[in-house]
Amino acid sequence: MAITIPILILAIPLFMFFFLGLFGMKMSHKLAGTLGTLGMGSVLVLSYFTAFQYFFSGLDIFVNEAGDRLQYLVFDQTWLQFTEKLVIKLGFLLDPISAMMLVVITTISFMVHLYSMGYMRDHHGVFEHGFQRFYAFLSLFSFSMLGLVVAPNIFQMYIFWELVGASSYLLIGFYYKKPSAVSASKKAFIVTRFADLGFLIGILTLSWYTGTFNFTELTSVPVEGLAGVTQVNIGTAESIRNIFATSAAPTFMGASVLTWALVLIFMGGMGKSAMMPLHIWLPDAMEGPTPVSALIHAATMVVAGVYLVARLFPLYLMEDSAMIIITVVGALTAFYAAMVACVQVDIKRVLAFSTISQIAFMMVSLGVARPEYHEGLGYMASMFHLFTHAMFKALLFLGAGALIHAIGSNDYTAMHGLRKSMPITHITFLIGCLAIAGIIPFSGFFSKDEILSSCGQYDILVYLWMSLVAGLTAFYMFRLYYLIFWWKEHVTPEGHHAPHDQPWTMTLPLVILAAISCVAGFIPFGNLVTWNGEPYDFMAHFDWSVASISLLVAICGIALATVMYRKENELPAKMRRALPALWTWCYHRFYWDELYQFITHKIIFGLISKPLAWFDRHIIDGTMDSFATLTNKASEAIKPLQSGQIQMYVFYYLIGALLLGGITILCLI
Amino acid sequence: MEITAVYYLIPALIMFCCGVYGFITRKNMIAMLVSLELMLNAVDINFVVFNRFLFPEQMEGMFFALFAIAIAAAETALAIAIIINIFRAAKNIDVRSLNEMKF
Amino acid sequence: MDSLGSIIMYFIVALSMIIFSVMAVTTRKILRAATYLLFTLFAAAVVYFMLDYEFLGAVQIAVYAGGIVVLFVFAILLTSHPGDNAPRLTSHSRTIGVIGAIAMLLVTGYALITRAAFFLPKPEMEAPDMQTVGATLLGSGHAQYLLPFEAVSVLLLACIIGGVVVARKR
Repeated sequence: MAITIPILILAIPLFMFFFLGLFGMKMSHKLAGTLGTLGMGSVLVLSYFTAFQYFFSGLDIFVNEAGDRLQYLVFDQTWLQFTEKLVIKLGFLLDPISAMMLVVITTISFMVHLYSMGYMRDHHGVFEHGFQRFYAFLSLFSFSMLGLVVAPNIFQMYIFWELVGASSYLLIGFYYKKPSAVSASKKAFIVTRFADLGFLIGILTLSWYTGTFNFTELTSVPVEGLAGVTQVNIGTAESIRNIFATSAAPTFMGASVLTWALVLIFMGGMGKSAMMPLHIWLPDAMEGPTPVSALIHAATMVVAGVYLVARLFPLYLMEDSAMIIITVVGALTAFYAAMVACVQVDIKRVLAFSTISQIAFMMVSLGVARPEYHEGLGYMASMFHLFTHAMFKALLFLGAGALIHAIGSNDYTAMHGLRKSMPITHITFLIGCLAIAGIIPFSGFFSKDEILSSCGQYDILVYLWMSLVAGLTAFYMFRLYYLIFWWKEHVTPEGHHAPHDQPWTMTLPLVILAAISCVAGFIPFGNLVTWNGEPYDFMAHFDWSVASISLLVAICGIALATVMYRKENELPAKMRRALPALWTWCYHRFYWDELYQFITHKIIFGLISKPLAWFDRHIIDGTMDSFATLTNKASEAIKPLQSGQIQMYVFYYLIGALLLGGITILCLI
Repeated sequence: MEITAVYYLIPALIMFCCGVYGFITRKNMIAMLVSLELMLNAVDINFVVFNRFLFPEQMEGMFFALFAIAIAAAETALAIAIIINIFRAAKNIDVRSLNEMKF
Repeated sequence: MDSLGSIIMYFIVALSMIIFSVMAVTTRKILRAATYLLFTLFAAAVVYFMLDYEFLGAVQIAVYAGGIVVLFVFAILLTSHPGDNAPRLTSHSRTIGVIGAIAMLLVTGYALITRAAFFLPKPEMEAPDMQTVGATLLGSGHAQYLLPFEAVSVLLLACIIGGVVVARKR
C-alpha cells in the first residue's frame, strides 16, 4: 500500500490548519470555508479509499488466508530518541478499528465542515466573526483526531490525545467574549487534564515494565514474512501479564501494577469520554458552536476513551478487576446520564447527557466482552455502537443546531410544534430519535441489541440494568422530540422570522446522516471489526429474544413519552409534583457540579490552598517583606542625617574630626 | 610676664569656637558668612603666630595668611552674589527654609 | 620680658577679640553682627602689628575692614529690613552649637596647653620691610610666591566675572 495516502490523510488537515490560521484573515469568509471543506472532502475520499482497501481489497498484508484481519504498520518514523530503548515514534497503524474510525471521523468532520458554512452565519447571511479561525480549529481538531486513531504507539496516542483536548478547548471557547463559554472551555480542559494525569502515569507504568510503547508489541504477534504486519494474539497479552506476575514487579495496595496501569489508563479514557465522576465538563462544553458539539462532543473526541480501551483490549482481558471497574463505571454513568436527560430544558444539554449515556453503553459493552461469550461480541458491539452512534448523534446535534439557528434559543420552551415549519429537520430528527431509541430497522437497534445480548451473556443484572437505561433513552429522546415538534402549535414571537428549514449546506448533511442512520445497521460489522480480527457471522449471534425484549422496552419508552408529551397536558407537571425530590435531583444533575464546587472550593481551596496561601503570604513573603521593612526602617531612621542642612553636616564633620584629633592627641602623649 | 605663643593662640581658639557656634546655629546666610570670616581670621592668626614664634627668619606663615585674606575676599564676594540671587528668587535667605529641591 | 605697655595692649586686644567675636555670633541684629565682626578684624590687625607684620596688618585692615565688611553691610541692607531681629534660637540648635564649640575648645585647648613649645618667649626678629615682602611676593626662587600671586590674581578675576554673572538681573 502506498505510503502517500496515509501521509496525506494527516497532512492535509494540518496544512489547512496552518494555512487558514495564518492566512485566513486575508481571504474572504466564503473562500476560507470552502477551502476548509474541500480539504476535508479530499481527506474523506482518501480515508474511504484507505478503509475500502483495508476491508475489501483482500491483500495479504490486510487479511490472512483464514480471513483474519491483520494490523499493518504503514510507516513508523522515529521522532524523539531519548536513549537506546526509550524512543518515541510517529506512525500510522491500519487495523479494523483505526480504519473504521477514519471513516467515522472524516464523514462527521466533512458533514460538520459543510454544515458550518450555513450555521456560522446569521439570518441575513453575514458570516460570524472569527469564521476563518473556526475552520482552522476544525482542521486542527480533525488532524489531531486522525493522528490519535492511527497511532501505533501509546505515546503518539497520548500526544494527539492532548492535541484533541487543546482543540476542543479552543472550539468550546470559540465565543471567547462569552464568559460562560470561556469558563466551560477551561472546565473541559482542566477536568480532562486531570484525567490525563492518570493516563500519563498509566502509560509510564505500563511501558516501564513492558519496555515498549507500541500497541503491536503489547497485544499482537508479527506475521511471518511480512514486514510491519501483525496479528492480535491473546498470547502476547498473557506474556505481558506474566511480566507483571513475576516477583520483580511489585504490587500496590493489593492490586498488581498491571491492574493499576490499566485502571489509570482507563481514567484518562473516563476523562475524555465523560464517564462519571469526570463527566461534568461535557454538558458545559455545549457552550461551543453546535457543529463543534456534533463533531467533538458527540461523535469523535468523546469516544476516544472507548477507543483507547478497545486498543488495549487484550491487556484489559488479562485483568478482570479492571474490566469490572469499566463495567460498573459505565453502567452507573449510563443510568445517571439517562435520568438527568429526562428533565433537562436545554435541548443541547439533553443531547449531551444522552451522549454520555450512549458512550457509557459502549464502555459497558467493552467491560462485559469476553472471548468466551460469542467470540467477544461485546467488543464488536461496542465498536458498532460507536459507529452508529456517531452518525445518529451527529445527526441529532446538527438537527438541534438547525433548530437553534432558526429559533435563536437552546430552550425547548421556545420551540414547540415546529413539525410543519421545518419539515426536513423534523423528519431527520425523528430518524435520529428512532435510531437512538433502538427501533428496527434503524441503526441503533442493531448495535444496541448486540450490546444488550453481550450484557445478557455476562450477567443478567447488567442486562436488566442496561435494558432499563435503553427504555429511558427512548423516553427522553421522544420527550425531546415531542416537546420540540408537537406539544402545541408554534407561535412566533413578534419581531422574529417565522422558523423555516435552513439552506442546503445545513440540510444536506442532515439528509446524508439520516440516510446513513437508516442503513448502517445492516453493515455486517462482525465481518469487519472484531477484537482479534477473526470474522464471524453476525446474524448467527443475533438473539431474537433479546432483540424483541429491547424493542418492547424502547416502544414502552416511546409510548410513555407520547402519552405525556404529544399534546399539551397536565401530566408532566403532575409527575413532577408527585416526585418532587427525584425531579429536583435530576434537574440539578444530582448535584455533581455542586459537589465538585464543594470539593474544589471548600476543601481544596479552603482547607489546603488557603492555609498554604496564608503560609506563603505571611511566612515566606513576610520574611522577605520584613527584610525590606527593616531596610526601609533603617534608611528612614538615618534619613535625617542626610538633611541637606549644611550646618548639620558641619556639626557631624566637626564631631568626627574632633574625635580623631582627640584620639591622636591621647595616643601621642 | 612673658607673652608667649599660647597667649595669642587662646583668643584665636575662642574666636574659632565662636565661629563654629555661629556657623552651626545661625539661620541667616549672611550671619553664617560672618561666622565663617571669624574662623578664617582665627586660622590666619594661628599661621602668623606660628611663623613669628617658631620660624621668625622665614615668612611662609605670613604669606599664607596674606593669600588666605585674598581668597576670603573673593569667596565672600561670590557668596554674597549667590545670597542676593537666592534672595531674589526666594525672598528669603534662611537656610532651613531653602529645601524645595531637597527630596 | 615684655614691657608693661605691651602687656596692657595685649590684654586689651585679646579681650576685645574674644568679646567682640562672642557678640558677633550671639547678637540677634545682623547689622550689629557685621559691626562686631569689624571690631574683631581690627583686633586681629592689631595682633599682626604686635607680631611685627605691619604689611599683613595693613592688608587686613584694607581688605577685610575696608572691603569685605562693606560688602557685608551692602548685602545685609539689600536682604533684610533694618531693625529686624533674627528669630530666637531653638534650644536644639543652640545645644548643637554649644556642643560643637565646647568640644572644639576642649580638644584644641588641651592640645595647646600640653605643648611646651608654645610657652617659649618670642624670638628676636627684624620686622620684614616692604622691599623684602615685595621681592618674596614677586620672586620666582625658593620660598618666593610669584606663582601663587598670579594664581590669586586669576582667581580674583574669575570671582569678579562670577559675581557679576550670578548676581546679574535676568
